[in-house]
Amino acid sequence: MSFVQRKIPFVGTVDTNPETKPFFDGCAAGKLVIPQCVDTGKFIWYPRGISPFTLGPVEWKEVSGKGTIYTYSVMERANPPYCIAYVTLAEGPKMMTNIVDIDFKDIKIGMAVKLKFIDTENGPPMPFFAPA
Amino acid sequence: MSLKGAGYIVGAWEHPTRKATDKSVTLLHAECAKGALDDAGLTKDDVDAYYCAGDAPGLGPMSMIDYMGLKVRHMDSTDVGGSSYQVAVGHALQAIATGRANVALITLAGRPRSEGMATGTAPRAGSPAQAEMQFEYPFGPATANMYAMCAMRHMHEYGTTSEQLAWIKVAASHHAQHNPHAMLRDVVTVEDVVNSPMVASPLHRLDCCVISDGGGALIVTRPEIAKSLKRPLVKVIGVGEAPKNQMGGEVDLTYSAARWSGPPAWEMAGIKPSDIKYASIYDSFTITVLMQLEDLGFCAKGEGGKFVMDGNLISGVGKLPFNTDGGGLCSNHPANRGGITKIIEAVRQLRGEAHTAVQVPNCDLAIAHGTGGSLGTRHVGSTVILERE
Repeated sequence: MSFVQRKIPFVGTVDTNPETKPFFDGCAAGKLVIPQCVDTGKFIWYPRGISPFTLGPVEWKEVSGKGTIYTYSVMERANPPYCIAYVTLAEGPKMMTNIVDIDFKDIKIGMAVKLKFIDTENGPPMPFFAPA
Repeated sequence: MSLKGAGYIVGAWEHPTRKATDKSVTLLHAECAKGALDDAGLTKDDVDAYYCAGDAPGLGPMSMIDYMGLKVRHMDSTDVGGSSYQVAVGHALQAIATGRANVALITLAGRPRSEGMATGTAPRAGSPAQAEMQFEYPFGPATANMYAMCAMRHMHEYGTTSEQLAWIKVAASHHAQHNPHAMLRDVVTVEDVVNSPMVASPLHRLDCCVISDGGGALIVTRPEIAKSLKRPLVKVIGVGEAPKNQMGGEVDLTYSAARWSGPPAWEMAGIKPSDIKYASIYDSFTITVLMQLEDLGFCAKGEGGKFVMDGNLISGVGKLPFNTDGGGLCSNHPANRGGITKIIEAVRQLRGEAHTAVQVPNCDLAIAHGTGGSLGTRHVGSTVILERE
């Protein structure tokens, strides 16, 4: 089945959690910017202003936008159907996203994917992934 | 201080309704409370501790305590979704053991069916102040596709098949045929399950639990009071609770929080999985059951698919009779929360009060495990082990 892009909802505003501004600024500029734990060097998903590994500080870094599909599910009951997934970023963390621009039957775990920003209906562009 | 044996479940009652268009959520809670108190041979004035979760309308326990006219000295409204009621049993034990409670009442009720709730397939927007919400809601996380992603990864890593998952529904349906209150009483086959419409791949419609109105309640009390009543003695010998989440991005969907809630419960009880005669296992979806069975130690990780095949979960047929009321998959998932009905059926089995067609002979040890929240993001596992004294 050919891919149909659904409308993407957003909740709140980019100011709701002020410390996540670097992420949303990145989205607006077409860059995936996520926090890195200063103490351990680990990248963190989802974005937050404190490290869940040490409760120490984070630095915001742009990452490559390259990744592989860890797992996915096609919501066939939705209209149009959509594919939710966790993508393992090249930098380590797994992030929830959608796989887009693909015939759903071609999706496989382990498949290489690349970043694509898509506008939300009432918020900022958000990071999605398409076949690499 | 070990909590082993600190409390007994002396009252257990499941509301017979599955569609309550003419009753409020609060009335359902109160009817469940009355049912469990009558079952125990106690009255509301004996209750000095009350436990509820997010399905109870109002701020924490306050509205329900007011509505039911209770006077209590201990209360807890820890809300971790469908496993809240296993957690409540553990917390009631702590209160009883430390002299803060004598008779604890736990209630659950809801009416998602009457309210037309698309429980499994509609993403629910929470407050954007909930830290993960803005980074998940745009991607459409509903209940079904969160559990489905666990199933997809389990299949990838361990070769688990849709047919193996289907056996879990088949077993539940064999039990539900004997339960006059069950929503789905027809016995189904593996083919019926895998040929039912796909909801969220790889989970089919029949891999999912029912959406039902109703509720249930439990009475937990100290040993001296339990022994003064006329009901069979069902002793709580093990409890455990644990959260599991995305771990800062180090997501691993191949196991559940049961891996962490089970061991303290087993250790407290001093028994092992092979000692269990009957298992109530949370069954929001077939994959939920399979992963919890592995994580509680009933089989090795990755072997769940083989373990559930060929009727191994069917009472009188297999080695581990499970959810003999038909479970959430066929009978009842009141308020979209199945924890309390898991404990209630375990109590029925230990009392010898299950339906004769599914009653496990000489049932003296049972487990009731819950998973609340979402297996694909963040959830709480909670384990209760019970012994017939």
